Amino acid sequence: MKLEMKDSPGQLVSVIQPISDIGGNILSVIHERDPETGGDLLDLQIMCEIPEGSLDALLSEFRRREINVLRVGEERLLVRRSIILIGHLIHTNISDTIDRIDSTGYAEVHELSMVMPAINEPSSTRMTIKSDCLKDINRALAILRDVARDKGFLIIESLEGN
Amino acid sequence: MRIAIIGFGSVGRGVAEVIAAKTTGLIITAVADSRSGIIDGSGLDIAAILRNKQATGMCGTPDITVSDIISSDAYDVLVEVSPTNAETGEPALGYIRQALAGGKHVVTSNKGPVALKFEELHALAADNNVSLRYEATVCGAIPLMHTIKHGIAGNEITRLYGVFNGTCNYILTRMAEEGLTYQQALLEARELGYAEADPTYDVQGIDAAIKLVILANAVWGMKKSLSDVDIIGIDRVTTAAIALAEREDQTIRLIGEIDPANEIIRVSPSIIPKSHPLVVRDTLNAVTIETLLAGEITLIGKGAGSSETASAVIADLLFIRDCYGRRD
Ligand SMILES: NC(=O)c1ccc[n+]([C@@H]2O[C@H](COP(=O)([O-])OP(=O)(O)OC[C@H]3O[C@@H](n4cnc5c(N)ncnc54)[C@H](OP(=O)(O)O)[C@@H]3O)[C@@H](O)[C@H]2O)c1
Repeated sequence: MKLEMKDSPGQLVSVIQPISDIGGNILSVIHERDPETGGDLLDLQIMCEIPEGSLDALLSEFRRREINVLRVGEERLLVRRSIILIGHLIHTNISDTIDRIDSTGYAEVHELSMVMPAINEPSSTRMTIKSDCLKDINRALAILRDVARDKGFLIIESLEGN
Repeated sequence: MRIAIIGFGSVGRGVAEVIAAKTTGLIITAVADSRSGIIDGSGLDIAAILRNKQATGMCGTPDITVSDIISSDAYDVLVEVSPTNAETGEPALGYIRQALAGGKHVVTSNKGPVALKFEELHALAADNNVSLRYEATVCGAIPLMHTIKHGIAGNEITRLYGVFNGTCNYILTRMAEEGLTYQQALLEARELGYAEADPTYDVQGIDAAIKLVILANAVWGMKKSLSDVDIIGIDRVTTAAIALAEREDQTIRLIGEIDPANEIIRVSPSIIPKSHPLVVRDTLNAVTIETLLAGEITLIGKGAGSSETASAVIADLLFIRDCYGRRD
């Protein structure tokens, strides 16, 4: 998002504070003095990750602090889900398993940690997938369930509170 | 109120001991096991019967059968605590039918008949103006049915989920805490008497699924049977999988879940945060009830054992006593 604020000491903190208060995570900050608006205004571009549904609260907090929000860029949601797969993951073409998610275009395998067992024993793998929205995560999980059935994996999902 | 006890094993003896030791206004007038029976309409000497059972393996004499007891008029409530048959429900199902049809209340800890024929038995009890209670069939000592039917009566239950099998919970706890393999933990559970010689029903999730069937039918009137439950057991869960979960402050437990809105009835090993109230240790059971008015309620307690199961049976008996009063 692009913000405009007075160039005075402590102002940057007043932007960062509300973001961290709602549990957000700042990815990058670019600030520049805009020559056209004179010397006392500062343009700020912030890229951050914030919890789902908290954008409105953040914007109203900026308003309360008299920070001018010029533009809210593309709002992208990030959802992560972890599952554990038990089975012969390597012998059943692990890259194909990953590809089934990555090739969807709406979800990707974000992290994989595998515990290698004794030879011929099933391996255990924790897989984290991420996506922009809950609906797509659920679609990706459905694909994984199919893959698990076809390849004989036990799939252990997280208990979700509704 | 006069009680007939069918089945004089761990639960039946537990119930008899409590009734003999407490002033509950309950009198035991008949007892049967697999090979013998005894009836005395004025009340039996429980201490003597317990001694006799221990010495001879029989509670009474072979010439008195279960059928003699059930068709007699010597009792007001039948306590049916004979072994479970999950496929046919028999012979317990026949005993319960006969008692209800004869105008007797029934309290049972036997999952078979309740899971298989809930609707029929419920209707039969209503037609005969008697009560059928089965608190002990789900989660042993935890007053789950009582909480749902009475404690939070008027609430709409939106979802139920929890740990319904103590054997599986014990095995998973030991795998998580001690790094035991599944086989090692199962062996240990057997040695401690937490798992049967044939642990199939427990470890494959069938026992938990039967409890979900009882809940689905009793709480929501769903008309479900065992084949409607998606079941995955714990027998393929690895120690490595649990360790992977534990790295993120999570663990794996066998969770049974009924979520009517999303048409979910399933039993499956699930990843769950270690701080979650359902993460209980060893053989404990735990159930979360999600409701509209009351929010979430979680009950934790012992899911099996002689006195624990007897506790649920006694509570059902006293509930019937308070609702229907003494008949004699
Ligand atoms: N134990 C628990 O923690 C627990 C918890 C929840 C529910 N339950 C349920 O409660 C019931 C009783 O369990 P339990 O642990 O007490 O079992 P148990 O120790 O095996 O005792 C079963 C009793 O039933 C008798 N019996 C067997 N066949 C019979 C028949 N055809 N007619 C009449 N009696 C018969 C047995 O007779 P003999 O003595 O002659 O062999 C024995 O006395 C089961 O349905 C079980 O699933 C148990």
